[in-house]
Amino acid sequence: MSVGESATPLGTVEGLGSAREGGEHWLAERVTSAALLLLGAWLIASLLFLPSLDQRTMAEWLSTPGGAVPMALLVVTAFVHALDGMKVVVDDYVHDAGNRFALNTLLLFVAVGAASLALFALGRIAFGGAA
Amino acid sequence: MLVSILHRVTGAALATAGLALLVWWLMAIADGPDAYAAFTRAAMHPVGLVVLVGLTWAFFQHLLSGLRHLVMDTGAGFELATNKRFAMLTLAGSLILTLLIWVPVLGGLL
Repeated sequence: MSVGESATPLGTVEGLGSAREGGEHWLAERVTSAALLLLGAWLIASLLFLPSLDQRTMAEWLSTPGGAVPMALLVVTAFVHALDGMKVVVDDYVHDAGNRFALNTLLLFVAVGAASLALFALGRIAFGGAA
Repeated sequence: MLVSILHRVTGAALATAGLALLVWWLMAIADGPDAYAAFTRAAMHPVGLVVLVGLTWAFFQHLLSGLRHLVMDTGAGFELATNKRFAMLTLAGSLILTLLIWVPVLGGLL
């Protein structure tokens, strides 16, 4: 852990001080939230304006670039944003450093796994593997 | 205070149940009509409907209080009265948007 130049002698001894990171995380959470605002509006508008919600309509819609690309962006952005948010919650409530690291790592694995499943499903729909 | 904690609660609900549902939905579309029928059956079950309506509300509540946080990030809206009014607006807004989407849908089911 690095200690800022402005740390007091007591702070230096205790190893406290600015973590010197976190700004990027804070900003990333806001950038993904702005993207999700647009992508969420797109998803709701799409579902409202599609002629039907049956499987064939959904699959045809998600086979077009206008359906597949925003949906893939939505999946990735939503998982990144969810992971950022859950990390804040974990960091706030889990006080033991080992448990915190373990839980954050578990969340990362689950998020990457689930996002990959969603992207693979989208690939099957778009590239014809789907029924 | 209430709206702030709701932002976390709704965020956690969306991150877990919401994203699980999104993945299930996409996989069901990819798997074909039978898998999709199973998904729709679960979604139209009373429990499924409660979850869907709840997640819709959570989505709008999180979206609106997120917008509130973005405004507050600029340093605006910290006056007590303004801040409280903005918080109340997120509660009213999420309720109205949820009803706007679900009243026609549930009306069609009944």
